Amino acid sequence: MITKRIIPCLDVKDGRVVKGVNFKDLNDVSSPVELGKYYSSCGADELVFYDITASSDGRKLFADILKEVAANIFIPLTVGGGINTLDDFDRVLKCGADKVSVNSGAIKNPDLIGEAAKKYGNQCVVLSVDVKRVDGQFRVFAKGGREDTGMEALSWIEKCVNAGAGEVVVNSIDTDGVKKGFDIELLKLVCERVNVPVIASGGAGGAEDFVELFKEIPDIDAGLAASIFHFGEVKISDLKKILNENNINARMIQNV
Amino acid sequence: MVAIIDYGVGNLFSLVSSLRAIGVEAEITSDVDTIKKADKLILPGVGAFGDAIKKLKDSGLDIVIKQEVKNGKSLMGICLGMQMLFDKSFEYGEYEGLGLISGEVVELKGDIPENLKIPHIGWNALKFENESPIFKYINEGDFVYFVHSYHAVNCDDNLIATAEYGRNVTAAVQSGNVYGCQFHPEKSGDIGLKILKAFCETE
Repeated sequence: MITKRIIPCLDVKDGRVVKGVNFKDLNDVSSPVELGKYYSSCGADELVFYDITASSDGRKLFADILKEVAANIFIPLTVGGGINTLDDFDRVLKCGADKVSVNSGAIKNPDLIGEAAKKYGNQCVVLSVDVKRVDGQFRVFAKGGREDTGMEALSWIEKCVNAGAGEVVVNSIDTDGVKKGFDIELLKLVCERVNVPVIASGGAGGAEDFVELFKEIPDIDAGLAASIFHFGEVKISDLKKILNENNINARMIQNV
Repeated sequence: MVAIIDYGVGNLFSLVSSLRAIGVEAEITSDVDTIKKADKLILPGVGAFGDAIKKLKDSGLDIVIKQEVKNGKSLMGICLGMQMLFDKSFEYGEYEGLGLISGEVVELKGDIPENLKIPHIGWNALKFENESPIFKYINEGDFVYFVHSYHAVNCDDNLIATAEYGRNVTAAVQSGNVYGCQFHPEKSGDIGLKILKAFCETE
């Protein structure tokens, strides 16, 4: 049986991990390579890096750092942030990314997902979508969740999957940062709508939230989180143990 | 030295890095002399079968690979590279493979229950079907990373491992000095590195 995936997400700015990481046992807590190694060794199933750099100099740094991460960490790497063209896909894939995550880029250019899927395969193209409830409707937000696009989220996700997105990361703005659990209502609807892997994001406060997620929605494939892992509130190896104790299939690794 | 056969498809960065991580020198190459000099060969691959096998055959490297295998050199095909070892594939048409292992490659769709997602993406446990030197350092039940929409069938004689995904899906095959992994050892953490290490140590 395939396992449920646990995915830590790291924001990188000018080649350094930001968003306050708090690990006692790491020398350099803002080094993407050190953090990547740490997560990989404690059982992360995949890593997601979002490049939140605005400047082109910073982008170059990101490319260098990505190469270093990919040379040292042998689990799947997904990269997102500032992916607007096929050249952007090319840029990060050449540095060792396995999948590329598109958010605002797909909203700006509706052909991007289809073109990328044709060139690199569906498995390479991840749709990332920020969703918020507005007037009783799930709406797609752009620009890091700041701008209401007016588009209805479920039909947008379906459209992108039909165009070739091989996975969907659904980030609920309503539950994000609240730490009271994932947005079960929204995620259920997404899973009913598409038949590609769906990754839940936004709202995890503890291991019990992952248990709830996978119990309530058997079709969900993965849970993604940032701060609870970075601050050591939840250790991935402990989380996997708890999942297994709750009869949720998770990949255990030795020496943990 | 391990020669990673470059015929113009796929991102080979991780594969080289993972071999380096286990202390094995690797070269991405399409040069016949380098391939002949290599101790082991790896045939990688991502994308569609038709396109990949055409590129391989156009480059003439298919003949070189077959000759080297005949001379006793170990070869490992990974993912689409494994699928190309078989006689035939039915991915968007019908294509002839290298014919190094008997069997065909067909769609997962229709062969697994409808509620299961395609591609088969993620970490799945290996079930050993036969002994193989490439499993020297790992155990049954160890997890490896899969990403594929097509699978190899009618290859029971050479099956060495399967993974459960609504049925027993071909995970690894071996015929003499020819090995194939449907999963990505270069993306399967320590377990994957151990499989690569064992392959590099095959006679």
